[in-house]
Amino acid sequence: MEWANQLCENRQFGSKMTDSKYFTTTKKGEIFELKAELNSDKKEKKKEAVKKVIASMTVGKDVSALFPDVVNCMQTDNLELKKLVYLYLMNYAKSQPDMAIMAVNTFVKDCEDANPLIRALAVRTMGCIRVDKITEYLCEPLRKCLKDEDPYVRKTAAVCVAKLHDINAQLVEDQGFLDTLKDLISDSNPMVVANAVAALSEIAESHPNSNLLDLNPQSINKLLTALNECTEWGQIFILDCLANYTPRDDRESQSICERVTPRLSHANSAVVLSAVKVLMKFMEMLPKDLDYYSTLLKKLAPPLVTLLSAEPELQYVALRNINLIVQKRPEILKHEMKVFFVKYNDPIYVKLEKLDIMIRLASQANIAQVLAELKEYATEVDVDFVRKAVRAIGRCAIKVEQSAERCVSTLLDLIQTKVNYVVQEAIVVIKDIFRKYPNKYESVIATLCENLDSLDEPEARAAMIWIVGEYAERIDNADELLESFLEGFHDESTQVQLQLLTAIVKLFLKKPTETQELVQQVLSLATQDSDNPDLRDRGYIYWRLLSTDPVAAKEVVLAEKPLISEETDLIEPTLLEELICHIGTLASVYHKPPSAFVEGSRGVMHKRLPARTGSGESTESPDVGTAAGGSAPEAAPSIIPSQGDLLGDLLNLDMAPPTTSGPPPPTTGMQMGGMDLLGGGLDSLLGGDIGGSPAMGAGFGAAPAVMPASLNAPVGGGLGDLFDLGGVGMPMGAYIPPKIVWLPAMKAKGLEISGTFARRAGVIQMELILTNKAMSVMTDFAIQFNRNSFGLAPAGPLQVLTPLGPNQTIEVSLPLSTVGPVMKMDPLNNLQVAVKNNIDVFYFSCQYPISMLFVEDGKMERQVFLATWKDIPNDNESQFQIKDCHLNSDAASSKLQGSNIFTIAKRTVEGQDMLYMSIKLSNGIWVLAELRVQAGNPNYTMTTIRRSGSSLKMLTFFTCAACTLTSLCCCCMDLMLSQYNT
Amino acid sequence: MINSLFLINPSGEMFLEKHWKSVVSRSVCDYFLEAKEKALEPEDVPPVIHTPHHYLISIYRDKLFFLSVIQTEVPPLFVIEFLHRVAEMIQDYFGECSETVVKDHMVMVYELLEEMLDNGFPLATESNVLKEMIRPPTILRSVVNTLTGTSNVGDTLLTGQLSTIPWRRAGVRYTNNEAYFDVVEEIDAILDQSGTTVFAEIQGVVEACVKLSGMPDLTLSFMNPRLLDDVSFHPCVRYKLWESERVLSFIPPDGNFTLMTYHVNAQNLVAIPVYVKQSISFFECGSDGRLDVTVGPKQTMGKTVEGVMVTVHLPKTILSINLTATQGSYTYDNGTKLLVWDIGKLNPQKLPNLRGSLSLQAGAPKPEENPSLNIDLKIQQLAISGLKVNRLDMFGEKYKPFKGVKYITKAGKFQVRT
Repeated sequence: MEWANQLCENRQFGSKMTDSKYFTTTKKGEIFELKAELNSDKKEKKKEAVKKVIASMTVGKDVSALFPDVVNCMQTDNLELKKLVYLYLMNYAKSQPDMAIMAVNTFVKDCEDANPLIRALAVRTMGCIRVDKITEYLCEPLRKCLKDEDPYVRKTAAVCVAKLHDINAQLVEDQGFLDTLKDLISDSNPMVVANAVAALSEIAESHPNSNLLDLNPQSINKLLTALNECTEWGQIFILDCLANYTPRDDRESQSICERVTPRLSHANSAVVLSAVKVLMKFMEMLPKDLDYYSTLLKKLAPPLVTLLSAEPELQYVALRNINLIVQKRPEILKHEMKVFFVKYNDPIYVKLEKLDIMIRLASQANIAQVLAELKEYATEVDVDFVRKAVRAIGRCAIKVEQSAERCVSTLLDLIQTKVNYVVQEAIVVIKDIFRKYPNKYESVIATLCENLDSLDEPEARAAMIWIVGEYAERIDNADELLESFLEGFHDESTQVQLQLLTAIVKLFLKKPTETQELVQQVLSLATQDSDNPDLRDRGYIYWRLLSTDPVAAKEVVLAEKPLISEETDLIEPTLLEELICHIGTLASVYHKPPSAFVEGSRGVMHKRLPARTGSGESTESPDVGTAAGGSAPEAAPSIIPSQGDLLGDLLNLDMAPPTTSGPPPPTTGMQMGGMDLLGGGLDSLLGGDIGGSPAMGAGFGAAPAVMPASLNAPVGGGLGDLFDLGGVGMPMGAYIPPKIVWLPAMKAKGLEISGTFARRAGVIQMELILTNKAMSVMTDFAIQFNRNSFGLAPAGPLQVLTPLGPNQTIEVSLPLSTVGPVMKMDPLNNLQVAVKNNIDVFYFSCQYPISMLFVEDGKMERQVFLATWKDIPNDNESQFQIKDCHLNSDAASSKLQGSNIFTIAKRTVEGQDMLYMSIKLSNGIWVLAELRVQAGNPNYTMTTIRRSGSSLKMLTFFTCAACTLTSLCCCCMDLMLSQYNT
Repeated sequence: MINSLFLINPSGEMFLEKHWKSVVSRSVCDYFLEAKEKALEPEDVPPVIHTPHHYLISIYRDKLFFLSVIQTEVPPLFVIEFLHRVAEMIQDYFGECSETVVKDHMVMVYELLEEMLDNGFPLATESNVLKEMIRPPTILRSVVNTLTGTSNVGDTLLTGQLSTIPWRRAGVRYTNNEAYFDVVEEIDAILDQSGTTVFAEIQGVVEACVKLSGMPDLTLSFMNPRLLDDVSFHPCVRYKLWESERVLSFIPPDGNFTLMTYHVNAQNLVAIPVYVKQSISFFECGSDGRLDVTVGPKQTMGKTVEGVMVTVHLPKTILSINLTATQGSYTYDNGTKLLVWDIGKLNPQKLPNLRGSLSLQAGAPKPEENPSLNIDLKIQQLAISGLKVNRLDMFGEKYKPFKGVKYITKAGKFQVRT
């Protein structure tokens, strides 16, 4: 009818037979005209009018004024008209909620219609009307539709639950729709299953802790069956849902993989990538020696390659994901280098991604090919791409040692082109090559120096200055070169200034006679005329070093530098694991965990790869940091980025400890010492200059996190006096347990917290080391405790004033008070802590040594002691053995005193020393102890009894904990004694 | 899920918006327009853009941007695939995908979009199903509508939507039962200056046009299926049978569809049908250069190479060119510096050649970059990989269908470096 009508119109007005005629009525009074037409008696005219209204709506014109008139057209048998009115309703109901109620009756009636299409349409549209009042009326029809005999209606209703949840989550829960939805997972129709899964996944996103998608082997089986029969979109939802499941063992894992593999041949790339995600995740559980494992590896490559021949937008997403996959399992694509070769008409975003993957796949086997390609790219038109290609050549040199020479000669060729940005990039990467292969390619320095004048980018200038400083003894006119830079010192960027300072100091140490004036000039520029604290501090350090002990300065500044690591900008392993679980999602495109960016992610759960069960092989990569240091968590990054943060780079260059894993080779001992001194010295220097804020010292980028032991063995002459070896200035004696990792980085989006508790000068302190192992800066730290047995609470805010950059570490101590709210914990000394930063809130729990609570005035009067000892009933008494303690009684007594365990009396009976001791806890509870020490017997016998303090509440509270408390005290003493033993 | 869709023309005007959930202000597109300003070419706009509250995922198709707005973590490929379906749907319904066509059928496009997504979940994206619900515009249909008083919107429950073969509608009837298959292969290759293959692969696709009555069950077998490296199928293909017997067994959708796509990337199997001898050089001093390009047949399996076309993006500093072609004609756009040489059929006896001089702008330095040549070509009745259809069998229906297979080889991204 419509078209006939149009034909008539066409004849009448000679206009085109298209919708564009609806746009011709833009003159005044348009709304008025439409209103008249909508209220027309003729059906056709009505429909035409609604069409005009919709057309205006689609281009963003406001036609909400026509609401009542359009709604009036709703009661009709004409399906098209009905649909059109529904379209209008969905758009404007929100702005006219009262009017929208008018439509409710029709909806409810339509939900009972004999035609399933109408029923579905009604329930679907109702869900789209985001008006609270309507949702109340929706519940009953929706409940019916969820159990409708027709699967088409059921599948539409399933989605409607998600819609309703979005509008009113509470209502959905109260009405029990979630359970109905869960039941639909077992529906006989695969489309219904798929939609139920999709709806549940969407709801689960806002309910991170609910077990909405609680998968078990039975439901998994249902999903796998539905997977074969539902639409491509349904397959995506089901696969994404499967990826959240953790199989019980490798057999189950394998059988799921087998049933998912056919999806790799789907025409829809989203299905393929979701299947890849499931396989990548479950593969983790398969034993590597299994035949199926290698079959699976082989099957993964072709579909990934095929994704690269799709449209550029698909390619981009695929490439971002492949980037993750080659980092996790390089073996999958190691033979496919050529598909990543860049075509000149690829969009730039595809080119850059391909380049990245080419470098990741570069190996000795294919390096010749890769280099030839990269050289080709370096002559392309696009500046960004050319730059990245030049950098890539440098990265190849660092990654594949055999190719270094060819890379260098390629880079020299490129420098000869004199194209400004190519030369600058080349110099930056050559600097890195020097750092990787020292004393090998320095012959090219002369060529580099020729291009000094053309460098206008800070990074290139800084790189060149570094080269001049580092190889000052081989460059005859090094002083002239550096002096020329010094003229415009204040106009340079910070990284160039810092580099210039260091380079001139190096030059001075190498050629002291000729360059004294120069070094003084730069030091005064840095310390007196600069506002930049980094520059000033570095200037002061050099200055003091040079004036105090030039020999030591030489050892510090000209120390052998650690080689830079070969793999640059790899994603940190824990993050990589998480991202692998998110293949195909936005997280995988941004290479950030979803929690870092998804709007309104209400506590996103972290996904982890499952552990391999079959072969018992650990999937976790060994933690380089702890392996190296052994005791203290090393602040050193395991990778020095050769791109990007040059400032960090330079600091590392000058001061960071070696970054390689394993015990440091003996030859670097000297250098270690030197660097540590600098680190330690930094604290005291800053303390001296600024007025002793420990946070400031620790906040400095590369300062070692822990006072290293090597400090006690100063290397260079009197250098030791320079620095306050005491460091933070803590009185020694009290027992402090070693720091342990409380919160691994894996659980806290890259934030690692380790720490211990100490009692210093009567104040309980929580000493924390915060390490940022993520790729982004962390700020806004705060801390809070849960209620605990002894009312421990932070006495002040967490003093993290500077943002914590990637791979930075900060040491903070947090004074604690004991006046917080009390709640009995199990174990008694358990403390639950919440730490917040700009990324998220993290929870962990730790146990503090009870000795921390022993107060200084815990020495009981002898008389009182005697009386009390007798007073306390026997059931408050417990006995323990302390084994293997080789201290004599006096030594033990003095050791314990350091931790506020006071010896009241000592007597000797039959060669046995009996020590009577008293302890007072911060909440007023007294613990009395008798320690029997038999000469020659390493085992002590200890009897402790406990007397509670004055507080009645405490009394009842601790009666039940009596035994625990005394045993805790004892264990603690045990620990202390054995600690001092060694 | 997908929240909203905006269609944007190259000048940045939003001419259609559709919201499946709450309405998102069109100001969100400003982030996209900003990125578009930054990009040199419209193709270079990044497909995923992060804004403070939304994600914008876009594709660029037929000179239009399809921009979707999402608010939660949604697989980007899912969105991109869907956007492609939208573009295909418009093409399918109206014969072309352009701003004019969308504006002319605004209401229908809007109705279609409503059918394709529900609350951001894809609902009906199969062309077969959509066409049953909303019939494409034809003059004939409008006449029929006039006579019978029916409308454009179907009002019966679609059988296809719920059966296990959602891609096929029931009750299909044809007087002539036909099934045609086109095996189309595209060669993607990069050749270096000396003509050596740096990289080559074949992207193949089997396009089908099946007009068969009832519920036919087809089996298509190849002579040499093992040479395919990776295959992806239309959902109708039974994967298990492919795995075990290497045959394609399927109940086809009605009409045109892509049955399968495949890949051949074993280098030795990829024949390069033409060779190109070229030199583009600029003199060190002076402001002149020379261009000399010859194209000749290489591995053509005895077939004629047709539709040969060479496209070169010349350096920006070129002022003018003066070339002569021994065959075909060339066009040169001084604005875009795009040189297109349309050769046509390749004659092995007399090789086509294009040569002449290039003059640079006065004082411009010798261009650094080496322009690549893009080659276009076509070979009829040949699948360059050697893939051959063996036979097609039909089960489930009694009639004898008419069957046909056609092969064609084209150049995909075929580039020669200089």
